[in-house]
Amino acid sequence: MGVEIHVEGLTKSFGDQVIWQDVSLTLPAGEVSVMLGPSGTGKSVFLKTLVGLLKPERGSIRIAGQDITRLREHDLYEVRKLFGVLFQDGALFGSMNLYDNIAFPLREHTRKPESEVRRIVLEKMDMVGLIGAEEKLPGEISGGMRKRAGLARALVLDPEIILFDEPDSGLDPVRVAYLNQLIVDLNAQIDATFLIVTHDIASARQVPDNIGLLFRRELVMFGPREQLLTSDEPVVRQFLNGRMQGPIGMAEEKDAAQVEQELAGLDGGDEDQPAMTPRLLPSAGVTRPPRWQAIADREAVLRKRQVADA
Amino acid sequence: MSLSPTGALRHSGSLFAMALDVLRTLPRRPFQVREFIQQAWFVASVTILPTALVSIPFGAVIALQIGSLTRQLGAQSFSGAASVLAVLREASPIVTALLIAGAGGTAICADLGARKIREEIDAMEVLGIDPIHRLVVPRVLATMLVAVLLNGLVSVVGVAGGYFFNVVLQNGTPGAYLASFTTLAQLSDLWAAELKALVFGAIAAIVASYKGLTAKGGPKGVGDAVNQSVVITFMLLFVTNFVLTAVYFQIVPQRG
Repeated sequence: MGVEIHVEGLTKSFGDQVIWQDVSLTLPAGEVSVMLGPSGTGKSVFLKTLVGLLKPERGSIRIAGQDITRLREHDLYEVRKLFGVLFQDGALFGSMNLYDNIAFPLREHTRKPESEVRRIVLEKMDMVGLIGAEEKLPGEISGGMRKRAGLARALVLDPEIILFDEPDSGLDPVRVAYLNQLIVDLNAQIDATFLIVTHDIASARQVPDNIGLLFRRELVMFGPREQLLTSDEPVVRQFLNGRMQGPIGMAEEKDAAQVEQELAGLDGGDEDQPAMTPRLLPSAGVTRPPRWQAIADREAVLRKRQVADA
Repeated sequence: MSLSPTGALRHSGSLFAMALDVLRTLPRRPFQVREFIQQAWFVASVTILPTALVSIPFGAVIALQIGSLTRQLGAQSFSGAASVLAVLREASPIVTALLIAGAGGTAICADLGARKIREEIDAMEVLGIDPIHRLVVPRVLATMLVAVLLNGLVSVVGVAGGYFFNVVLQNGTPGAYLASFTTLAQLSDLWAAELKALVFGAIAAIVASYKGLTAKGGPKGVGDAVNQSVVITFMLLFVTNFVLTAVYFQIVPQRG
């Protein structure tokens, strides 16, 4: 079972530049959450703060009863064993081949015999579809393969929490779809708490239980997927529909008068996508735990109602 | 790197903090034997040849200088004694330090810096592994070991080079040269030199690791880090050398 992450009043700045302030949210245990936000709003910084790589100025992060912003270095390393993190480029060790990369955490933290290590590593490599690439060096493979290898490495210690830093950046749409399916299947199988940081709207609509949006140095909203997808908040609607009209501008933010004018121009001709997109469910081969069974049932009811409406 | 005075202070502070971390992490199990051997081999392989090639002319220059000086003073019988002393006490630790910092330290700094900007170090910390324990401690120990061994190599090559130039090229007397070997130098000179090499190795590796682990700003950042690590190491080494030498003369009674 996953672990709940409780963030309270978190503020982070570099020098006198505030990245975000007063961020409070709770990532429910075992659920998939997505953190959205325009580029440069500090989504990756948020992720690094959650694992204690960066120290926030204010606020607390409680995981399994411990406030990780106040932990001593040594205890922090212990808590981090709960985490699996997929970095943007995989962050594989360049001097090791894929097999050694994925075996690395096992060899460092456990005293498992090499045969056991081999079994686990091959199982995880099979999970992410990398069988046959064991001997390849990270420099010799594509970005998508590096990501999947990074994911396999994040999985070997059976983490309670998995953080994904832009899993879909630099991948083609088909691979993104496969990766999303993989994330959903994983959640159904290992039941860990997932946090995905991304700016890919399509994934954010299909995959998570909860969505959060960072904008203008604040957490604009965090809540169940339905709540954000049907929200009337201008920033949320602009971002989820990927349009230019709204508070988010090219460089930073726009002034209020311009936003007003643009939104008025939209009225009537609102070509936004339908608010509710069907949710991505675990593939047929995966046994669904009760939580996912309930989600699937709810989706089926929704789908039926939509067909009836049409 | 910021140019403000507080920036310089902060950097020195974090450098010392890391040196303390290395000391504190030193006894922690499990000791990274594999990494230690790999790094020792690596540092040795990049330093042995340049060290040998540098120490031959270095020994020769000292022999030439001392040869002409002793002739001017009319003390040719002491030329052997003086050149052994010069090579053993000063020349070999300094040559060792320069090569350890210039060849070994830069390689360490570039390696760690590249890992840092590719987020490998972050990934390692997230996997619950302390980079100081896993990467820095074995490198520091390996560099110290190699520095001590190199110092021995430089001493031997330097003394042999001195002998060759003094006896063969300056027509000195082999007997007198060899006989005067131990009139001024003593065994404690060798120990002091080895101790210096040990300290120099530690400083070079710690500075290189610190600069590597704090590299930022892409590939250019790694280049800057390597550059700064060499400059800082050289400055620290020469200051340390002065202090160690001064202390040595105070606590070890000299011959003659």
